[in-house]
Amino acid sequence: MLQNYIPILILFLLAAGFGLGVVVISMFLGPRRPDPSKLSTYECGMEVEPGARQRFDVKYYLVFMAFLVFDVEVVFMYPWAVRFQKLGLFGFVEMLIFLLILLVGYVYIWRKGVLEWE
Amino acid sequence: MLDFVIESVIKVVVVFAVLMLFVAYTTWIERKVLGRIQVRHGPNRVGPFGLLQPIADGLKGFFKEDIIPSNTDRLLYALAPALSIIPALLVVAVIPFGDQFTLFGRTITMRITDINVGLLYILGLAGLGEYGVMLGGWASNNRYGLLGSLRTAAQMISYELALGITLISVIMVSGSLSLVEIVEAQAGLWNVFKPILWVPFILYIICGLAEINRTPFDMPEAESELACGFNIEYSSMKFAMFFMAEYAHAISLAALITCLFLGGWNLPFVATPGFLKLPVFLAKVFALVFFFVWERGTFPRLRYDQIMRFGWKVLMPIALANIVVVGLYYTVIA
Repeated sequence: MLQNYIPILILFLLAAGFGLGVVVISMFLGPRRPDPSKLSTYECGMEVEPGARQRFDVKYYLVFMAFLVFDVEVVFMYPWAVRFQKLGLFGFVEMLIFLLILLVGYVYIWRKGVLEWE
Repeated sequence: MLDFVIESVIKVVVVFAVLMLFVAYTTWIERKVLGRIQVRHGPNRVGPFGLLQPIADGLKGFFKEDIIPSNTDRLLYALAPALSIIPALLVVAVIPFGDQFTLFGRTITMRITDINVGLLYILGLAGLGEYGVMLGGWASNNRYGLLGSLRTAAQMISYELALGITLISVIMVSGSLSLVEIVEAQAGLWNVFKPILWVPFILYIICGLAEINRTPFDMPEAESELACGFNIEYSSMKFAMFFMAEYAHAISLAALITCLFLGGWNLPFVATPGFLKLPVFLAKVFALVFFFVWERGTFPRLRYDQIMRFGWKVLMPIALANIVVVGLYYTVIA
């Protein structure tokens, strides 16, 4: 069983070797003629004073939180989905109850305006 | 055991090389088809029909100056392209592209491996793929770059959620997470032709396009507003690697849709002769790749608030309702 993962390991080594190899090779193959304006941040030509890492919209943070909650709930449904046909009606009704609880949270974040982007 | 490892190494190298070739030529297909859609020729100078263009582009990428802007986070800046391409290349490990054949008395299966959590593995890699884009935008220390990567992250996780919920209905019908078993269960009748399953098929295509950031959901790059988004500070091969990752994602999305809904290597309604299985699979994959290019030439880009609203307020409820309907159908009616 575990032997099925050996090819994935081999592919990972190859892909990682390729990814890192290309990064390293491209450092050495190209010409290298740096000057201050070339190395400055590509914006509108003005000096970028405080740097780009400033505060950003809290919306992103809320969406990430909502995602975390829902994704964990979705992961619970995968094992159920695999056994779904063997569990029959009983398993289905149980999952409906679970979905209903998930729906409460969904309606809550909708009403709270987490999903508004205007 | 040693036999197995040697066989795996050969298979991995062959599949890897073919995948790289497909990635290169998907860019050619895209430029050629888009050109035709926009009533122009597309690349036609390098080689016959511009066929050597991808190779020329790759070589050019290697020999261009690799600029590392002075206020970047140097380590993350160099790692981000690798982090974005590694998961993109790893997806092919569990995709079955054919049945099996016999060579010198050995039975060789036409897939790198078959694990019983194949779909979870792919979802996990989809999650990892976001790191490259996010870290790339962050490490660049550029306002456009940061904004691009934030948008990407929020968009990708939103659609990943809808995608994950959509997949559940397919797993319910197939009863397995292994892609080989899902494909084998579709011999004779593809999933897309089974009752109700055309709904998750359409949902999956939409979520998939948003997940790999293709038009109409190509927010992270939005050339006209973000000046290229997260990869704005990248040059040389590092820049090219983000695009290789993107095309590798497009190919693996096409392969996944083929496996999950379009019967993998199976012909519709009739038994498939062994020698036709690989060509049938590849034909479906390239038909889908063509479709991805076609829709890029057709749809305008959505606005960011429209994308987020569509993902959370339209796709999520439909995907949830889809589970209930599929569940009702297969427990009560069938």
